[in-house]
Formats: sequence, structure tokens, C-alpha cells
Amino acid sequence: MSPQVKKKRSTTKKVQLVKLAHARSGDKGDTANVGLIALKPEYYPILAKQVTRAKVVKHFRGIINGDVERFELPNLNALNFLLHGALGGGGTISLKTDAQGKVFSTALLRMEIDVPRGLKVG
Amino acid sequence: MKQLKKQSRWKASEEGYVLKDTIRIASGQGFWGDWLDAPVKQVKRGGIDYLVMDYLAEVTMSIMQKQRSRNSRMGYARDFVPLMEQLLPHLVKKKIKVVANAGGVNPQACAKAVLESAKKLGLAGKVKVAIVTGDDMLPGLEGLVKAGHKLTNLDTGKILKSELGSVMSANAYLGAWPVVKALEKGADIIITGRVTDTGLTLGPMIHEFGWKEDDWDKMAIGTVAGHMIECGAQSSGGNCMIGWEKIPGMVDPGYPIIEAHRDGTFYVTKHEGTGGKVSVASVTEQLVYEMGDPENYITPDCVADFTSIQLKQAGKDRVKVTGVKGRPATDFLKVSLSYFYGYKAVGTLVYSWPEAYKKARRADQILRGRLEALGLKFEEILTEYVGHDSTHGRLAGKPDPEMPEIQLRIGVRAKDRKPVERFSRELAPLILNGPPSVTGFAGGRPKVEEIVAYWPALIPKKEIRARVKVLG
Repeated sequence: MSPQVKKKRSTTKKVQLVKLAHARSGDKGDTANVGLIALKPEYYPILAKQVTRAKVVKHFRGIINGDVERFELPNLNALNFLLHGALGGGGTISLKTDAQGKVFSTALLRMEIDVPRGLKVG
Repeated sequence: MKQLKKQSRWKASEEGYVLKDTIRIASGQGFWGDWLDAPVKQVKRGGIDYLVMDYLAEVTMSIMQKQRSRNSRMGYARDFVPLMEQLLPHLVKKKIKVVANAGGVNPQACAKAVLESAKKLGLAGKVKVAIVTGDDMLPGLEGLVKAGHKLTNLDTGKILKSELGSVMSANAYLGAWPVVKALEKGADIIITGRVTDTGLTLGPMIHEFGWKEDDWDKMAIGTVAGHMIECGAQSSGGNCMIGWEKIPGMVDPGYPIIEAHRDGTFYVTKHEGTGGKVSVASVTEQLVYEMGDPENYITPDCVADFTSIQLKQAGKDRVKVTGVKGRPATDFLKVSLSYFYGYKAVGTLVYSWPEAYKKARRADQILRGRLEALGLKFEEILTEYVGHDSTHGRLAGKPDPEMPEIQLRIGVRAKDRKPVERFSRELAPLILNGPPSVTGFAGGRPKVEEIVAYWPALIPKKEIRARVKVLG
């Protein structure tokens, strides 16, 4: 490992989203939505930068079988994600315990992101 | 629809009723099956002008169609009638109006039952009941398809033609304007078919404030207000993640109330002294619930832009909402169709420590082996381990080898009833002929359920005509 990489690493730390945001999820057919809301306004720019569509796609790989859409709501310090093909057919067709996608919210909160090392969390 | 709107405004100005500056709209029900006490408490605690209640989930309409086909006086939310019987004396005394989509596929029968209750209570003539219909597309559905309307499934992209024979219900989502018309006719209780949840709240605001149909910001304001209370306590502390343990008084949560002002400002609040909490956080959680593209929240009445909403705590349990922007409504109405899909069954068994997870897994393998040996064909077999991965899948990580217990949950789905029926008989034998330390089968065989699936589509507005009728 080069000293440069080492230095870069030391400026950030990994934090689980549950410490930075709250969330609520719901369903529309076979799509689950997760609204991710910053616990403090100063966390929002970090969430907006770090919780990218690509990261969410990777996070839910093997759990959903469709695409992910991402929307920003800076007025509410929130992001909204649509997770397509998340609910085993959705509604009455689904065999899943969470057929209505009620707890996809907490599944997203398991994600870890990079935040500035000095950020006060909690 | 267009004509109806114009006529409403004209009538309003002609009769010159007095516009109000402020009204309070209370949510009494977030879905059919919500807390029975909520609407009663909202009315008894008073200080409200309207009680709005949402009864219709997507599949509810198909259940109601079935009920009506067996008995022409059925096909609506039956709970609504005893509730009205209980509340009518208070509603009359306190001059509270009710707007509810409890009419399902038979608003007429629902209204008649409510009027009978009024008569029994000696309130005949003192309560005007109106119905909103025209949403039911089932009688004319074949004609619409023949005329070239594809009713393409918004989720799957399939056209309806091939499933036409299995359609069980078809309803267009009507908006706020038929509710406005009913209010202009002097109705006290408005029983609708498939009117949008948001229309139930926007309707009274348009009526009382004299808002114009093309004042899109105002239409969006009322729509956002409706969205905030359409799920009952979900905006006043229920299902609220932030600080959930410290939300007080959840034995008796206050359901949300919209305090709306003519200029378009509104507040979300609840009765003083009730449990729960109305905060920017609790309201934001409700705002993002079931959200799609936030800039395009499409209703029959407008397209609301959720990225324009500004929230501010304006006191204890009081959130001020401003800034809401709207754009013109589209030329389409959403249609909710339901159709017969097939069958499913879900069964569970509980395995205890030691090696609970391993035992449950083995039971699953054995069961799948037996289903295969029987040559049964399923569309899907789903196994979940409740207590480990049923909510977060692989994100739950590796199962704890020392876990005290686990529930094995297996579901199957097929187009035919036969394999599902047979599956329902294959679970119980595992108690004696499978892995050890198993319990939790007191519920008996898994129930074979008919699947009635949901088919969302669009229809041009000009094909649907809302009707408003006052009965007594």
C-alpha cells in the first residue's frame, strides 16, 4: 500500500446508514420504494453524494431482480429509490413475508458509506 | 368530467355560498381494517369540519364485486354502516361532514343502509347522503377493449385482451371534483366508489375555499394534504422510525388532522392530549411512503411536485406545509383492474435449538424432494427462515448456529389448484417423518388461497363520466 492511499483512507470512516438516516418503504406492484431521510440536515449532502444508484444496485443484488431508480428531494433532505422486481411479483401474487416491501427501508439502512472522519454521528 | 367541473363553479357562484377561511379535515381510517376507535375519537373530540376515510385497497374491489354478484345489496365496506349509526347523532350535532370511499362497487346500497340507520335514530331528513359513481368500468369493459383501448398493464406492459375473460373488477380512479359536486348539492355524508385517497381531502378544500380547477398549485396543495393523512396514524407517530421508543401515548394515538387555510397554507396536527407525535420527521416519513417520481405525483386532479414541499415545525404536534407546486392534470385516469390469477398456499413449522437452522433447512430439502417426486409443477416455491432472513435476505448475514429457534416458512404458487392443494398436505407429515424438535403446527394445514391479482392501466378521461346523486 502506497503512503498516498494510506493518507486518503485516514480522512474518512465507514458508517452504517442507520446512524445517518431514517427511512420508510412501501410498494407499487412488484416495485418497492425506499425513502431515505437524513437524520440531520448536514448529513443530506453526504447521503446525496455517497448513496448512489450503483451502490444501491450492488447492495440489493440477489434480492431484487430489476433496475433501481434514484430521485433527490433536497427540500426534505431525502432520497427516494425505486427497487423494481423486489417483491416476488408483488401484491397478492407474492409469496414473500414482506410482500408489500414494508421493511426494505431497514434493509437499505444496513449499507455502509464513507463519511469524513471528523463527522459527529449519533 | 370537463363539463362537470365548469358547471360546479358556475353553480357555486350563482348560489353564492360563503367561502370559509379555515377548515379542519380529520383522517379516520388509513385502510379498511384500521383502528375502529379512530374515527369515533376524531368525531367525539370534535373541532373538525370533515371526517375522511379511505377503505379501498387495490384488491378490495374484487372482493366487493364477488359479494355483490351473490347479493345485490352487498359490495361495499360493511363496517361503515354501524360506524355511521354510532356517529350520526354526533355528526349532526357538531355539523361534521363525512367523505369516504366506503361505497366500493355498490355505493347505492351502502347509502341506503346508512339512511336506514338515520331513520332508526330519528334523524331522517336531517342527513343528506350523496353517492359518487361512474368509476365502475366492468359493465362496459368489453366495449372499451373492442373500441381499441388496450388497457396496457403499467407494470408488465401486457395488453388486457388475453386476460379479459378473467377480469373480476375494473374501476377508474375518480378525483376530487365529483366530491365537490356532492358538497355543492348540500350532502353531509358522501359515499363514493373508487375515488382517490387524496381526492377525499382535496374535494372539501376546493368546495370550502372556492379554488379553481386550473389553479394547479392549489390542486397540488390539497393533494399533498390528502397524501399526508390518507394512511391514518402513519403521519402522526405510527410506524415512525425516528425516536420510535420515545413517542408517547401510543395506546391512544391521535390520528392526523389537516388545518387548511384558503390561501393554500396548511398544517398537519392532531387533537391535544392524544398520544403519538406530529413532527417534521413523522410527516416526512409519510410523504415518502409509496412514492414514485417525486416531481410527478399524478392524480386525476393535477400533477403534484413533491420536491417543492417545505415543512416546518410550528409548535407541538404541528407542522406547517408551504411551497407546494402543481402542474396541469393529464388527460388520463388510472384504472385498477383485478383478475383471477391462480392459487397459492403458505405453511410454517418451528424448529428449536440445538441446530435449529440446520434442521429447518433439511426439512425444506426433504419437502422439495417430495414435491418433485410427486411431479407437481409450481410457478414458484419460496422458502424463508423467519427469525433469520425473511426480511433482509442475504443482507442478514450467516445464521447464528446457537439461535434458539427458527420458523420455516414455505410458500407455493401455481395456475392450477391441484398442486397447491397437494402441497398443503405435505407439510404436516414432516412433524413425524422429518428432522427432530419441531413444533408450531397448531394452525393446521396451510390454506389454499385464490389469487386475485392487480392490473394497473390508464384510460382517457373522456371515456369515464362521474355521477353524483343525493339520496334523502
